[in-house]
Amino acid sequence: MTRTRIAAIVLISAIALLVAGLAGAGTRGKSSASSAKVNLAVSGSVNFDGIWTAGEATAFGKVIAAFNKVFPNVHVNYKPVGNNLPTVLATAIAGGKPPDMADIAQPGYIKQLAQQGHLKPITYAKSTMAANFAPSWLQLGTFVGKLYALPFKVSNKSLYWYNVPAFKTAGVNPPKTWTQLTAAAKTLKASGTPAYSLCGASGWTLTDMFENIYLRTFGPAKYDLLTAHKIKWTDASVNKALKTMAGVVGDASNLAGGTSGALQTDFPTCVTDAFSTPSKGAIVFEADFVAGAITSSTKAKPGTGFNTAPFPAITPGPNASAVEIGGDLLVTFRDTPAIRAFVKFLATAPAAAAWAKIGGFATGNHNLKTSVYPDAIDKANQTAVASAKSVVFDMSDEQPASFGGTTGQGEWGLFQKFLQSPSNVSGIQKQLEAAAVTAYKKGK
Amino acid sequence: MVAAPPPSGEPGRTGRYMTGAIFLAPALALLVVWMVYPAVYTIVRSFFGQSGYLGSWVALDNYRRLFTTSTLTTAIKNNAIWVAVVPAFVTSLGLIFAVLTERVRWAVAFKTVVFLPMAISAFATGVTWRIMYQQDPNQGAINALGRSITGVIKPAGVLPNALPSTPNILSSPNGSLVLKTPLAPGGRALLGLTGIAPDAVPKNGVQAVDPPPKSGDVVGVVWRDFKPGGGKPGVVEKGEMGLPGVTVQLRNAAGKTVQSTSTKPNGTFDFAKVPSGSYQAAVGSQTFAKPWGGFSWLGPSLITPALLIAYIWIWAGFAMVVIGAGLAAMPRDVLEAARTDGASEWQVFRRVTVPLLAPVLSVVFITMIINVLKVFDLVIALAPESVQSNANVIALAMWRTAFSGTNDFGTGSAIAVFLFKRDV
Repeated sequence: MTRTRIAAIVLISAIALLVAGLAGAGTRGKSSASSAKVNLAVSGSVNFDGIWTAGEATAFGKVIAAFNKVFPNVHVNYKPVGNNLPTVLATAIAGGKPPDMADIAQPGYIKQLAQQGHLKPITYAKSTMAANFAPSWLQLGTFVGKLYALPFKVSNKSLYWYNVPAFKTAGVNPPKTWTQLTAAAKTLKASGTPAYSLCGASGWTLTDMFENIYLRTFGPAKYDLLTAHKIKWTDASVNKALKTMAGVVGDASNLAGGTSGALQTDFPTCVTDAFSTPSKGAIVFEADFVAGAITSSTKAKPGTGFNTAPFPAITPGPNASAVEIGGDLLVTFRDTPAIRAFVKFLATAPAAAAWAKIGGFATGNHNLKTSVYPDAIDKANQTAVASAKSVVFDMSDEQPASFGGTTGQGEWGLFQKFLQSPSNVSGIQKQLEAAAVTAYKKGK
Repeated sequence: MVAAPPPSGEPGRTGRYMTGAIFLAPALALLVVWMVYPAVYTIVRSFFGQSGYLGSWVALDNYRRLFTTSTLTTAIKNNAIWVAVVPAFVTSLGLIFAVLTERVRWAVAFKTVVFLPMAISAFATGVTWRIMYQQDPNQGAINALGRSITGVIKPAGVLPNALPSTPNILSSPNGSLVLKTPLAPGGRALLGLTGIAPDAVPKNGVQAVDPPPKSGDVVGVVWRDFKPGGGKPGVVEKGEMGLPGVTVQLRNAAGKTVQSTSTKPNGTFDFAKVPSGSYQAAVGSQTFAKPWGGFSWLGPSLITPALLIAYIWIWAGFAMVVIGAGLAAMPRDVLEAARTDGASEWQVFRRVTVPLLAPVLSVVFITMIINVLKVFDLVIALAPESVQSNANVIALAMWRTAFSGTNDFGTGSAIAVFLFKRDV
């Protein structure tokens, strides 16, 4: 869902990183020389409809090129469909001609396709995946009891980004815990820079913040129950998480532009606001793709102008390091030797490395050497993702779209309402529950 | 001249129909494939459930939802407002412009400027107006205009964002800050302020000084009570700057200002020769007067009017050109006759020009009604997502329901059928 708003940013950043990646081109020869020997037996073609366009599509082209070094007789036709891929797929399936493969960012939609029997399991790639990914990642690709999807490219959503000069002026260190965060926010306000630059016009950024708070407070098990609507939105845990969130969104004088300003600022404008001089708000809560937005729309430089840190820990213990991800999951609609070869290849480290060299890429593949990354922020991000003990999907991507993925309604609209009146926690809970009941009933 | 007899060998009735059919077939095929079939399928689809080629039969549920879901009823209500406002405004503005351009010099330049918005895509217009409507007067052109006007009437203070640094300083309802501790001659007032960005400190400000008490005087300091890390609130520390040029008032027990002075570059001030008694030091509200914050054009309550203004801006030029053409074709002698008979210009306009233009005006009016019913691009480009449900219109609601994430083709089709019926 988040993809819809970030496409342009990702595009620009990918091009920028592509240029940066040329610097690392010298090292490229080595890894391909060490790859497996050429397989001429498998032949055929694979039609792949993807959401990656422009720079990302070029990067995926490198992955395909790496694949063709091993399987020169398999031809992969990558079609950059873009963000309306679910709609394109829905019509293609209705017309009886789905592509061979697709990458989908909404696990909720994959589940629906799996239930309707449109997908083919990729059990053949299970051992390859198990060799490269921790079990929790295989779990993410499992729907209705079978392995259907490979999380090829993911984004780390448990992050915040901060304006380094603003932190320096205020004399605060990047907060590691929620208590430190609220203290730092107070100091930032006193220093003359509001602490937070919220992207309230983009509802998904608010649900992302809530999801991180919920995950870091109650852990993955409860998070999954809420995702599946087995915990009601009127539950005490939701109440507690919303009250924690009110600590950020409740102090209008600490938001860039106040409450009404925050509601009218979309992503990536909030990023521009935070990282231009003077900063309108020092902290932005969003995923790793913020880096692209910063470098493409402001003059801030990594390290000296902007930096990132993990989302503050709330409950100590294992929950404090749980990571929320957004993922591009590969699924297959057919089962041929060519498709099998391609899927298996994509689960290996050389496939990930082909894209990682360009940057703007993270994966749960722990065999990927972080030394291939062109920049330090990407590298740190990859380490955080690959070493995370527990990973969960973006909750709103797993929910029925009318609740978790539509502008102005369901969760997106109601969290904007919450930003408007942060004291009305129980009222918002009731409305969320009512919207969830309708959406989950319709989804069935 | 005698009409030539029909040439022999001309095909008969059936033959002629055949020729006609052959020529019409391609157009008919296109019409059926691209117009008739989709329209019929949409109507059929609107009686079925959410997803799939044909979902499950739900009879009139989708239509019921159309009139019971709040976002959809808002869309219907908003469309009614659009229809009530836009065609009337566009037609009358177009009429005024068309009549005026006949009389002004530089008519071509004027016409070009008014027509120019038509040459811009509605999406680009939406993006442009969205920037102009920004609430922050530093960004939005419209509110910037408002601020420069209000700035003359009620100028902003030097420290609009300042906050008291300790609970010992109270902010009074009128916006001034008052030190709670009562002061007597020989007393000292520490007025620490925070929330001031380092570059918002007046240029001539220097390191703040905590002034020594002076008998018979009330002294004090107004300073930026903040250093990296926060510092100790209420204590003048190294690295904290004085705030010069702040007007400080000395108020007596009755709350009346008895003396008033301005702070020095190091933030200090001195009320000389204060008669004995109990006093309070205060910084007047004009120091903290916030500049006018701007109208929230893009907020939930003003978004529809804001959209209507932008839409009228686009289409007024179109109406002007069409009505102008009608005006040019109008017989001049009628106007001349009316003037000769002694009619005033207003009477000529009201009794002659408008009635003669009536057919053109009604064409413009009806075109606008149809245009307004299907408005979509301007709304999606101009309204921020947080208010799109307040700004919702039927075409946008249809797209949101059918394609944008929800993929509810059933309800989407029902909305499309409803929109189609209204258009007809």
